[in-house]
Amino acid sequence: MSKLHVTTSVNGQPEEVLCEPHQSLLDVLRDELGLTGTKEGCSTGDCGACSVTLDGRLVCSCLVLAAEAEGKEVGTIEGVANPDGLHVLQQKFLEHAALQCGICTPGFIVAAKVLLERDPNPDETTIRYWLAGNLCRCTGYDKIIRAVQDAATELAHEA
Amino acid sequence: MAEAHDLKVIGTRPVRPDGVEKVTGRANFGADLQLPGMIHGKVLRSPYAHARIKSVDVSGALAMEGVLAAVSRSDFPEETDDLGRNVIARDKVLYHGHAVAAVAATTQLLAEQALDAIKVDYDVLAPVLSIDQAIADGATLVNEQMHTNGDASQPASNIAAITKFERGDPEKGFAEADVVVEGEFRVPMAHQGYIEPHACTATINEEGKITVWCSTQGHFDVRTQTAAILGTSISKIKVIASEIGGGFGGKLSVYLEPLAVKLSELSNRPVRMVMNREEVFRATGPTSATWCKAKVAAKKDGTITAATAWLAYEAGAFPGAPVGPGCMSVLAPYDLENFSIEGIDVLVNKPKVAAYRAPGAPQAMHAMECVIDDLARELGMDPIDLRLKNAADEGTQAPYGPKFPAIGLKACLEAAKAHPNYTAPVPEGCGRGVACGFWFNIGMQSSAEVLIREDGTVIINEGSPDIGGSRASMCLMAAETLGIPYDRINAHVADTESTGYCNMTGGSRTTFATGMAVVQACEDIIAQCKERAAMTWDIDADQVDWDDGQAVPKPGVNADVDPLSLADIARTWGRTGGPILGRASVNAQGAGAGFSVNWTDLAVDRETGKVDVKAYTAIQDAGRAIHPAYVEGQMQGGAAQGLGWALNEEYIYDDNGVMENAGFLDYRVPVASDLPMIDTQIVEVPNPTHPYGVRGVGETPITAPLAATSNAVRDALGFRVSELPMSPPRLLEAIDSQEG
Ligand code: FES
Ligand code: FES
Repeated sequence: MSKLHVTTSVNGQPEEVLCEPHQSLLDVLRDELGLTGTKEGCSTGDCGACSVTLDGRLVCSCLVLAAEAEGKEVGTIEGVANPDGLHVLQQKFLEHAALQCGICTPGFIVAAKVLLERDPNPDETTIRYWLAGNLCRCTGYDKIIRAVQDAATELAHEA
Repeated sequence: MAEAHDLKVIGTRPVRPDGVEKVTGRANFGADLQLPGMIHGKVLRSPYAHARIKSVDVSGALAMEGVLAAVSRSDFPEETDDLGRNVIARDKVLYHGHAVAAVAATTQLLAEQALDAIKVDYDVLAPVLSIDQAIADGATLVNEQMHTNGDASQPASNIAAITKFERGDPEKGFAEADVVVEGEFRVPMAHQGYIEPHACTATINEEGKITVWCSTQGHFDVRTQTAAILGTSISKIKVIASEIGGGFGGKLSVYLEPLAVKLSELSNRPVRMVMNREEVFRATGPTSATWCKAKVAAKKDGTITAATAWLAYEAGAFPGAPVGPGCMSVLAPYDLENFSIEGIDVLVNKPKVAAYRAPGAPQAMHAMECVIDDLARELGMDPIDLRLKNAADEGTQAPYGPKFPAIGLKACLEAAKAHPNYTAPVPEGCGRGVACGFWFNIGMQSSAEVLIREDGTVIINEGSPDIGGSRASMCLMAAETLGIPYDRINAHVADTESTGYCNMTGGSRTTFATGMAVVQACEDIIAQCKERAAMTWDIDADQVDWDDGQAVPKPGVNADVDPLSLADIARTWGRTGGPILGRASVNAQGAGAGFSVNWTDLAVDRETGKVDVKAYTAIQDAGRAIHPAYVEGQMQGGAAQGLGWALNEEYIYDDNGVMENAGFLDYRVPVASDLPMIDTQIVEVPNPTHPYGVRGVGETPITAPLAATSNAVRDALGFRVSELPMSPPRLLEAIDSQEG
């Protein structure tokens, strides 16, 4: 099977990878590019641990073929912090103890960041429905929701 | 023990030391390790729930280009235990998904394809798929050598063990009662549902030295189990615990590690093995499906005169259902003179059950707490008042023997009565359900070393995988003991060759027992620092105090000196005897039982059968909350898991014993939009055996929600649904049959 040559951009950096036609974006991020911050919980699109952005749109990277990233911008958890420190969401997840084991955390932060970019002032129900594709088995979601609410408030103050 | 008002850092909510790694994606979990030359292992799993293996032939797989190793039962010592037989099937496969062979290949895809080239010849047998089938006369035997309680004078049976607790005269108690209530309940098999699948990487060098990286709740146990299954010595194996993406009891036993080591040995390459979600469901985890009967009797004033419980638990393919803990928990909240409890451990052709958060307690307590609720209804009493009247307290003899020292059940019940969420009326159209929770908690063995850097900052080395913020708790307890700021301390989960022996993270023991070791190791540091200060000041060590992070002369000691901080002592340790390190190890006793009270308000849509959880409140005695946010997190997470189990989660089997819903789409765990905020209140009745009063908090939270939810549905519908989960189809059926 001949490999595909994919030219893409990950967290603003141009990347070229050779991948199998069947390989998911998740596998290529983790195994070829060493970006293991994106996690695999199911590989069937049901847990959200593999959440990344593709041209700014939230996707499950386990359901995207790596070849589909050709010419697109991929955003992963590794690109969320700024050079001068953590993103407000990351800071709020820490302050609110919104992670226990932490395996779901990259997916939640990537997903919540897209939400706040679209809707800077979401109510609780909006947050809960937006994050309904991300499973967390440890926290019962309470502290995650509060962290996102608090991040929204802080971002509004900064703006 | 330190009083709450004396504490400076315990009870605060700082950011966890491993937090930045985990919010940036840097933290390495089980599947994240890459090694040069690493190849990928996959497991061939049984397509039958019950079959005799006539032969396994891996030569077809080995003939494929890129396949570097293949193993089956003949590659492992014949003499083995149940765990070994679970890791790789021997004479029989005992459940659908049981491992039969494994391969390692240069790519994941190739390894998967190579599985098709393995030939297995099976003699298919009838599967045993329920307790009812297993205990029926003439039932097919899962294990022909199994005799109840090991009594070979009796015929072989699917009942592996019977447990009994009895006190007083239950018959007399029932005869004296004004009201008797009973019920029969079924709770389905459920999975822990950790988001991170099992994963490990193993490598072996030319002298036979094995290194395993894996996601586990106990890397010392991985070492013991792997050595036993491979027939090698623990001295040959080093295990490094990765970060762990959830476990809840399901990551206490090995599944992949011995296979990965063997494949590494045969291929001379590092081998990584990662399960997919389907394998996680089919071959790991679940907790017992149960069938429980509960009966309770009381006087008109609510005094309980007798109670009985019969608990039947599916063990899966090997003995060891958590029916013992079920028996211990079922009546633990009550101070009773007359009771009898019987539990049976039943083999069926389903995966070997693993511990799941308070293993065994939720199912048994579901039955009893439902019956207690019915009793309150019969008596016209508030369900909390009925429980208060009969509640276990300090000095009550637990059903399993010992007398409780100080416990917080009454404090939790009183806090519930006074809670605004309880005094508020039940919302229009909703039902409210209350239940008590309990877990006995455990201590066991832990070690800790406390290392001081040259600048006086501190490193804690311990062996408890951090599954939910335990590093933060260790740092808080060390900061409190040493009298230094939290941010000068870091905690490190060390591998099996870098710290003393440590039992697993489980049984809610880590903050209690490993915490105890950390506190004692810090006390060791303080004792040494006092000696160093005494040497510096040329006085006796017993003339030195440790006060607020500094060595000072005791009041009245005539020494005109400045206090010495840890940093001061570290700076000059070359003159006082060299570097300082503290250590301690414990076999901790007196874990201190944890009680809780939960209630929920929910509505049932009579058209769809869907339950809408409007409010949930959990109150729990933590002894003392070291990091309250992580205690609340345990309470909230346990509530969510319990709600999922009560309302949706279950293993669905076809007649051949094949699980039909082995994925998160069909095995539906709660998502954010299913739940409300989960309100918590921490009660603190300090545990007298821990230096800061800690009780374990991890398990108790899942023991009340099943019954609280059932009782709320009972309240909403006006009749009881005795089989979980109360999923929309099941509730709709129940509603239709009531109305029909
Ligand atoms: S791994 Fe992609 S959704 Fe679960
Ligand atoms: S923190 Fe463990 S799954 Fe979310």
